[in-house]
Amino acid sequence: MTNHDDDSERGGISRRHALECMIWAGTGVLWTMSGGVPVSLNLLGAAQAAEAMTTGFTFLQISDSHIGFDKAANPHAIDTLKEAMGKIQALPQKPAFMIHTGDITHLSKAAQFDNAAEIIGGAGFDVHYVPGEHDVIDDDNGKAYLDRYGKGTKGAGWYSFEQNGVHFVGLVNVVNLKAGGLGNLGPEQLAWLADDLKAVSASTPIVVFAHIPLWAIYPEWGWGTDDAAQALSLLKGFGSVTVLNGHIHQIMQKVEGNVTFHTARSTAFPQPAPGTAASPGPMTVPAGQLRGLLGTSSVAVKQGGQELAIIDSTLA
Amino acid sequence: MIRFPTRPLVGPLAALGLAMVAPAPLQAADAQVVKIDNFTFTPAALTVKPGTTVTFENDDDIPHLVVANDGAFRSKALDTGDTYAFTFTKAGDFAYYCGLHPHMQGKITVAP
Repeated sequence: MTNHDDDSERGGISRRHALECMIWAGTGVLWTMSGGVPVSLNLLGAAQAAEAMTTGFTFLQISDSHIGFDKAANPHAIDTLKEAMGKIQALPQKPAFMIHTGDITHLSKAAQFDNAAEIIGGAGFDVHYVPGEHDVIDDDNGKAYLDRYGKGTKGAGWYSFEQNGVHFVGLVNVVNLKAGGLGNLGPEQLAWLADDLKAVSASTPIVVFAHIPLWAIYPEWGWGTDDAAQALSLLKGFGSVTVLNGHIHQIMQKVEGNVTFHTARSTAFPQPAPGTAASPGPMTVPAGQLRGLLGTSSVAVKQGGQELAIIDSTLA
Repeated sequence: MIRFPTRPLVGPLAALGLAMVAPAPLQAADAQVVKIDNFTFTPAALTVKPGTTVTFENDDDIPHLVVANDGAFRSKALDTGDTYAFTFTKAGDFAYYCGLHPHMQGKITVAP
C-alpha cells in the first residue's frame, strides 16, 4: 500500500526499499492481499499491516528448506527450519495457509521429505507446494515428490486453487531442463495455464508461485525461466498479478506493469548477490549473521483493495 | 640369446626419452577426471581416446547431475564428493550439461 501507491517512484516501489529487500536474505515472507495485490508486510507500516490483516487474510511463504543440507554454510538446516516454523506458529494473526516454493529437500531422499513433512506439517497449516530442482532428483525423476505432493495436480505437479477471491497458480519450472537453458515451464504447462485462466475474471487478483524466478534476475547463474514470457503474456489482461519465487535464497523485488515479482529467503542458507561471487553456491557467513539472512514471508490480502502486503521476516 | 630380444625394445624406448615413464601417461589416457567446482566443469572441453573412462567429481557444496545432450549418459545426483564414471567407446563429440543447473556445460571429444 505504501510503496505501490507511490507512482512518483519508478515501478511503484522505491529503489531504497528494493535495496533494503536485497539486503535481507532468508526466513519467510508474510504476504497480505492489500486491495487485491499481494504486498509483503515489511513494506507496510504496522498500522496498515494490522488493518490489512483484520479486513482480509494472510498467507505465508516459506522456501528452500533444503532438508539434508549439512555443509559449512549451515550444518543444521533442519534446525533453522524448525525455528522458522516456530516463528510462524507464534504469529499473532494465523495465516490462512502456507505456500512452499520448492527445494523442500536437498537430495530428494525419502527421509528428507519425511523430516520436512514432520516439521512443516507439524504446525498444522494447509501447505501448497511446488517442487524445486532439488526435489526431483530421485532415481525416478520426480516420483518421490509427486507421490507426496502430486495429488490433484497436473503434469509435473502444477495446479491452481481459489482462496477468498484470489486465484492461486502453482507452476513447476524445474523439470525437463535443456542444455544451456534456464528454468523451463514447457508447452504442456503453458497450454494448461492458458486454459486455467480462461475462467478467471480480469478483476480477480492472481498469485503465481514457482521455484525458479519467472523474471531474468541473473541468467549467468541460471536465475530465470526460459519461457516465462509466454506465461506472463497470459497474465497481461489481469489487474493484479503477484509472482512469488524462491531458488535464489535472497529477497529481490520488481514491479512491472500489473505484475509484482518477489523472491523469498531460504530457511537453510544464504546465497550471494548476483555476480558477487564465483558461483551461486551456498554462502558461508560468520555464525552470528546466519539467522539474519534466513527467513519467511507473510502476505496480507485486503479485500476490495488493489495490493497485497508482504512482510519478510528473518530468523534473527 | 636371452639378451638379444630385449635390445631392440630398449633402444626405441630410450630414444623417445619420455617413453621411459610410459606407464604413467598411458594410465592417464585411460582415465580422465572432470572436476565440478563453482558450478563449472573443469576442463570444460576434454579430448580422450576411445575406451577412456571419464570420472566427474563434484567438489561443490551443492549437488550436480551430469547429462549428455543426446541422452547417451546421465548420472544420478552427485552430492559433495560424489563421482560418476562413464567410459567413452565411440568416437565423436559428446556435449553434456548439468541436469540441475543447465547453464553449466561441457564437452568430451573422443578421437583415436
